[in-house]
Amino acid sequence: MRIWDGGVMDLIRMTNVQKTYKTGTVALYDVDLTISKGEFVFVIGASGSGKSTLIKMLYREEKPDKGSIMIGGINVAKLKNRKVYILRRKLGVVFQDFKLLPRLTVYENVAFAMEVFNFDKRKIHQRVMEVLELVGLKGKVRQYPDQLSGGEQQRVVIARAIVNNPKLLICDEPTGNLDPDTSMGIMKVLEDINKMGTTIIMTTHNRDIVNKMQKRVVVLNEGKIVKDYERGKYYEAV
Amino acid sequence: MRLFRSINRYFRDAFKSVIRNFSLSLASISCITITLIVVAISIVLSYNVEKMTQHVSSNISIVVFLNSETKDTDVLKIGEDIKKLDNISEVTFKSKKEYAEETKKLDERFSLIVDSWTDDKIPLLDSYEVKVVDIDLIGKTADEIKKFDYISSVNYGEEYIESVITIFGVIEKVCIGGVIALVLVTAFLIANTIKLAIFSRKTEIEIMRLVGASNMAIKVPFIIEGSFIGFFGSIIPIVLMVYGYNSLYNFLGGQLFSSSLGKLVEPYPFIWYSSGLLLFIGLLVGMFGSYRAVRKYLKI
Repeated sequence: MRIWDGGVMDLIRMTNVQKTYKTGTVALYDVDLTISKGEFVFVIGASGSGKSTLIKMLYREEKPDKGSIMIGGINVAKLKNRKVYILRRKLGVVFQDFKLLPRLTVYENVAFAMEVFNFDKRKIHQRVMEVLELVGLKGKVRQYPDQLSGGEQQRVVIARAIVNNPKLLICDEPTGNLDPDTSMGIMKVLEDINKMGTTIIMTTHNRDIVNKMQKRVVVLNEGKIVKDYERGKYYEAV
Repeated sequence: MRLFRSINRYFRDAFKSVIRNFSLSLASISCITITLIVVAISIVLSYNVEKMTQHVSSNISIVVFLNSETKDTDVLKIGEDIKKLDNISEVTFKSKKEYAEETKKLDERFSLIVDSWTDDKIPLLDSYEVKVVDIDLIGKTADEIKKFDYISSVNYGEEYIESVITIFGVIEKVCIGGVIALVLVTAFLIANTIKLAIFSRKTEIEIMRLVGASNMAIKVPFIIEGSFIGFFGSIIPIVLMVYGYNSLYNFLGGQLFSSSLGKLVEPYPFIWYSSGLLLFIGLLVGMFGSYRAVRKYLKI
């Protein structure tokens, strides 16, 4: 098990987190997890191991029954529904099923995330073009999501997630629907973002990605963290 | 500056959403239009019935005949006493001489008879015509006047007045009840239509939340969108109200029946107030519908 010093560099600190759904299913049991600023962490485990619940708690889509979750100084477990936006403005989320708005163009989908902050148009344009260049989609600004491939759609989602310079990027199986080559392309983009200082936490089932990336790996099994490798490989983990 | 930008954005996004979700917007707009037309018809009906009721009520009066031996000073006192009662709006004295003059005008034979009377021997009675404030209490007021001294008789056409009052009362209540029920049904119907329209945009709300939009920033554009839908939905009913009522009024010559009872409400300013009311109802239910629908998706 990884031993943490608990220094000031912690971005996420989960303590004794427990979650039981109304159906009686225990999703997470006594989870302690600390993630420092700038880290890249894979969360792996079989289906039903609690990965998604853990991720959902980080962006306060779910609330724990017990324990505390501190993210960048915010106690997420106690965050009221109407205050959730304060947390969400500090992080970006990437999903397996993209969640793009089909009636908006690539540019508009990304700009959408900045518009809620009421930035002026020029600033929005400058920043949106910057991130679209970073994810390699500068030439597709006027296209609609259904005109793009899966990999390209995921790049748009990543661009939207990082457009407001979040401290934390949460990725829930971002390569789940993509072929191996495209997946590696996405991982390259994520690695570049991580190098710029953004902390990334990502769930995945993809063995190759975990093995190639050589990052920290947290393994969940039946709602508990069973292993935590600093530079893990999939075969060691599972 | 930021506030101005966000207000500007709310309106722009709301307008864009109406256009982008045109088929669903059209469903909500049509729903508002149809129900507001029914509301407009009810307003016209109930207001006209109300006016007719008022007209009838204002023409009903109590006639109080005084004894023939009543002295002039007592006549005045009775007039003052009647005025002091509750529910009195107007008291008019009519002397027996005036009755005699009126009778003369009716027929030549009457004129001959009346001329044969001397001033102190007119076989008629002095009277007071009393108008009341609340027509429902006319019987009670008549009873109170009966108790005064020197009263010969008190008449107000008990037999048919009572039934007229009841009938108009029922019509008025039915019409007002009808308008209220229609407005409520409209609000509910529109709320549900908009709810369906917004249901298809669940993902949009989810993404807005995800990228850090506050609940307020999500709700406001939807509420403005609801008001646009309400606004567009009330255009046809308002046009119908303005041109339709005017044409109806001119076509019927302002009268429903030949008597003064059937006089219709003058088009102006009635149609402006009614149009304002229709617009208000449209905006309100549009906004309320959107608010209710979007609130549903903001809960975790």
